[in-house]
Amino acid sequence: MAEEHDIAIVGGGLVGAALAWGLAGAGRRVAMLDEGDAALRAARGNFALVWVQGKGLGLPEYAAWTVRSAEAWPAFAAELAAETSIDLRYSRPGGFHLALSDSELERRAAWLQRLHNQAPPYEVRILGRAETKRMLPEIGSDVAGASFCPLDGHADALRLFRALHAGFQKRGGRYLADHAVDGIENRGGEFRLAAKRGEIRAAAIVLAAGLGNARLAPMVGLAAPVRPQRGHILVTERLAPFLHHPIATLRQTGEGSVMIGDSQEEAGFDTGVATGVVAAMAARAVRAFPRLGRANVVRSWAALRVMTRDGFPIYEQSTACPGAFLVTCHSGVTLAAVHATALAPQIAAGALAPGIGAFTARRFDVPAAA
Amino acid sequence: MMQAGAIRESYDVAVIGAGPAGLAAATACARSGLATALFDEQPGPGGQIYRAVGESPVKPGAILGADYWRGARLVEACAASVAQYVPGATVWSLARELEFGVSIGGTARMVKARRVILATGAIERPFPVPGWTLPGVMTAGAAQILLKTAALVPGGRTVLAGTGPLLWLLARQYLDAGAALAVVLDTTPRANWHRALAHAPAFLASPYLGTGLALLRAVRARVRVIGGVSELAAEGGKRLETVRFRSARSGEQRIAADLLLLHQGVVPNVNLAMAAGVEHRWDDVQLCFAPVRDADFSTSIDGIAIAGDGGGIVGAEASAEQGRIAAFAAIRALKPQASAPLAGAEAEARRALARRRRGRRFLDLLYRPPPQFRRPEGATIVCRCEEVTAREIGAAVAEGCTGPNQLKAFTRCGMGPCQGRLCGLTVTELIAAARGVAPGAVGYYRLRPPVKPVTLAELAGLPQSEAATRAVVRE
Amino acid sequence: MFRRLPEAAPTIAIIVDGKPVPARRGESVAAALIAAGVSQFRATPAAAAPRGPFCMMGVCFDCLVVADGVGNRQACMVPVREGMAIETQRHARKLGQ
Repeated sequence: MAEEHDIAIVGGGLVGAALAWGLAGAGRRVAMLDEGDAALRAARGNFALVWVQGKGLGLPEYAAWTVRSAEAWPAFAAELAAETSIDLRYSRPGGFHLALSDSELERRAAWLQRLHNQAPPYEVRILGRAETKRMLPEIGSDVAGASFCPLDGHADALRLFRALHAGFQKRGGRYLADHAVDGIENRGGEFRLAAKRGEIRAAAIVLAAGLGNARLAPMVGLAAPVRPQRGHILVTERLAPFLHHPIATLRQTGEGSVMIGDSQEEAGFDTGVATGVVAAMAARAVRAFPRLGRANVVRSWAALRVMTRDGFPIYEQSTACPGAFLVTCHSGVTLAAVHATALAPQIAAGALAPGIGAFTARRFDVPAAA
Repeated sequence: MMQAGAIRESYDVAVIGAGPAGLAAATACARSGLATALFDEQPGPGGQIYRAVGESPVKPGAILGADYWRGARLVEACAASVAQYVPGATVWSLARELEFGVSIGGTARMVKARRVILATGAIERPFPVPGWTLPGVMTAGAAQILLKTAALVPGGRTVLAGTGPLLWLLARQYLDAGAALAVVLDTTPRANWHRALAHAPAFLASPYLGTGLALLRAVRARVRVIGGVSELAAEGGKRLETVRFRSARSGEQRIAADLLLLHQGVVPNVNLAMAAGVEHRWDDVQLCFAPVRDADFSTSIDGIAIAGDGGGIVGAEASAEQGRIAAFAAIRALKPQASAPLAGAEAEARRALARRRRGRRFLDLLYRPPPQFRRPEGATIVCRCEEVTAREIGAAVAEGCTGPNQLKAFTRCGMGPCQGRLCGLTVTELIAAARGVAPGAVGYYRLRPPVKPVTLAELAGLPQSEAATRAVVRE
Repeated sequence: MFRRLPEAAPTIAIIVDGKPVPARRGESVAAALIAAGVSQFRATPAAAAPRGPFCMMGVCFDCLVVADGVGNRQACMVPVREGMAIETQRHARKLGQ
C-alpha cells in the first residue's frame, strides 16, 4: 500500500529527527522512516556536547556553520521545550579540552594556532594549570592546562531525541518504525521507497540514514563516502554535582552521572566493547579527575560514528534525481539547531543555499596536491 | 583445596557461579586433571538455593528442609577437589575469546580460559505490582537468604503472595521456625490447573510429587491461604502499611502488613551470557529468554557452555547434572584421554537429568504467572532504577518505539545499575502486547559489560594495548 | 519486620548513622540493618522515593548505603565487621565518597 508525502526522511536518529521536526514545522507532510530496535544508530554514540572549539580546520565554512548552530541552540531548545514540555537541559558554561602533560598542552596550542590562522569566528584560549584549576577545582596534578571556549556547551541528548520525535509527531509528522529502506526509485517526479512493511511515496526525500547512506545515495545519483569510526562511552552511577563545565571527553549529566568518551578506532562495523579501550579511557578520566576513581561504571557501549574522509558533513542535493537530498555528519547534537532551523527550510524550499556548496561530496574528487 | 589464593592469568576451565551447577562442573573438571577455577561473587559457596549451606546459623535438621542440606555434599565434593575456588569475585565481562574481567576485593583483572562454563543460576521473576518499591516489600528469595544467612524470621504482620514452589517452601520453613504468617495470597490462576492436568501423570511419577504435596498440605494446615488472587497492591507512605488484594471468592480486601514477600517463580540470570553475545531465544512456556544450547549445553559461542538454571529453570538437582555434563564435554575437548572412563558417569548424569525433567512441565504450567502480574498498567513502576512507569512505556510505544533498546533512548528505562534484571522481561512483554507481536520478535535489552558495576580506578588498572591507548590519547 | 532466631544471637556491633547496632559475624550489613528494624536505606535520586533491600542477592541495587566512607555499596553484599561505620543514603553519592 503506497503512502503519499511531501517529504520522506530516511533515518530517525538525531540528524533525521532534527530535519523532520524542522520540515514538519514548515507545513510539509513528512514521513520519517526508521529501522527496527536492533539498528546501528550512530545517535547512540553521541556525547551530547554542543561543541565549537577546534572545529573547522581546513574548512572555514564548517567553523562558521558550527558557530551558527551553537548560537541558534538556545532558541532551538526553548522552542522544543515550549512545544513538548521536555526540558533539554541545555547550558553553555564554556567547555574545556584538557591537556594531561606539558607536551599535550604544547601540541594543543600549536594546533589551535593553525586554526587561528584561518580566522575562525570563535575564540579559544589556552589556560595554564592555575587558571584551569580555578575553574575546575577537581582536576588532578597531571593536568597541565586546557583550551577553553566560551561557546561550548552541552545538553541532554536523550531528551533532545525524545523532544524532536514528540515535536515531530505533534506537528503532524508520521514516524514509521521498522521501515528499513531496501530500494529507492525516482519516477514521474516522485520517489518510491521500498520497505519491508510497504512502499512509501514522496515528492522529495532526505537521506539521513548515517552509515546506511553509503548504500542508499547511489540510488538517487549521489555518493556518500562514509565509513564507521568506533567510539566507546562509559557512564558512571549518579554523583552529586561537581562538574559544571563540559570537558571534550568527560561531562556530568543533569542526572548526575558522568559520561566519559571518546575513543576513535577503526574497527569496521564491530560494536563490541573492547576492554583495553575502556581501560585507557578510565585511566585518562582518573588522571583528569582523581576523585572519580571510586565512582562505579554502570554502563558502557560502543557506537559507530558516521565519518567522512575529512570529518566534515556532506550536504548535497541530487541533479540526476531532483528532490533528493543527502545529509550526513558526526556532530548530530551540535548541528541539530541549524539542521532544524536552517537546513530544513532550504530543503523545504527545494534547494540548498549556495553557502552549503562547500559541503558536497564533490570536494572529495579534488585530486590531492602533488 | 578450597582457597582464594593467587588468581592465575589463565585456566583450562573457568566456572562462573558456585551454585549446584557450578560446584558439580568444577568438581568434575578438577578431578580429571584440568586446571579449574570456580568464581562466585558471594562470600561462600552454594549459590542462592544452597546459600550459606556451610555456615548457616540455622540449626541443621530443622526448619530449612532436607533438600537444602543436600547442597552441603556438593560443596564438600568441590572442596575436596583441586578446583581453585574464588569467593567474593564478581565477573563483570566475558568476551567471545574467552577472556573475562573479574573484580576481587576492589581490584579488577582479566583472566583467560580455554573453556568457560557459566552457571550464573536464576533470579526472581519481576513481580511489578503497585507499591512494590516500598520498604517492607521484598522477594521470597530475599526472605530465604535472610533466613539462611542470618537466621532472621518475620516478626510482625507478614503476607506471602504469588505462586510457585518457593513460596510454599518459605511458608513451611517459617512455620517450622515458629514465625507467624498473616496470610498466603495464592495468585495461581485456576485455569493453570486445567492446563497442567495433561502433564499430571508425568508429575505423579516424578521426584517432585512427594515433596510438593506434603509441602502444600503442611502449609494449608497451619496458615490461612486465599486462592484465586487476581489483583495485588502494596500501600503505604514511607513504607508498607497495607496489602490490598482481590480474590475470586472474597472480592477486594485490605490487610494491615509490615512485610510483603512476593514471588512468582525464577528466571535465568542471563546478563553475563547476553553481554558475551550468546544467542538466546524466547521460551514461551517459562516466559523468559534462555540461551540456545546443544545436548552438551554448549552455546552459540565456541567454548562457552551454560549449565543450570541460567540455561532455563530446571531446579537444583538437574542443575548439578547439567554441570557434570558440561564438564564432561569440556574434558572431551581439552583432555580427551581423560574422558573415556567418564562415559558411564555421563550416561548416569543424563539418565538422572531425564528423570528430573519428568514432572517439570507440570510445574511450569501450574505455576505460570498470570498476565496481569507480568504486564502491569498505569502508575505501577516497571523500571525501579529509573522509576519509569507502565504508562510511560505505553506512551513511548504509541510514539513509535518498537523495542526495548529504543525504549531506553525514549525513557531511560533499563539504564540503571540493575541492567534490566528487574524490568527486562516486563518491558519485553509490555512492548509485545502493545504491538501485538510475540515477545521473541520484540527482543531484549542489548547488554554489554560491565554486567556489574566496576570502579573507574579498577578499570584504569587493567592492561591496555598500544592500539587501545592510541585510540584514546590521540595527540 | 524481622527478628532473630534464638540460635543466632548478635555477636558484634556496627555503627549505623552514628548509633551502635547489634550484628552477627557472617551476615551482611543489610541483614543487620533489617534485624535492627531499619527499613529505608536510601532515597531515589529522581523522586526521593524511600527504598530498602528487595532481593538480598546483589541484583536490585536498592540497598545502597555508605560503608566505611565508600558510597553506593550494596549492603547485601557487604559482610559486617566489628565497628564498621554505615550511613543510610539520603542524597546522591558525593565525588570521592
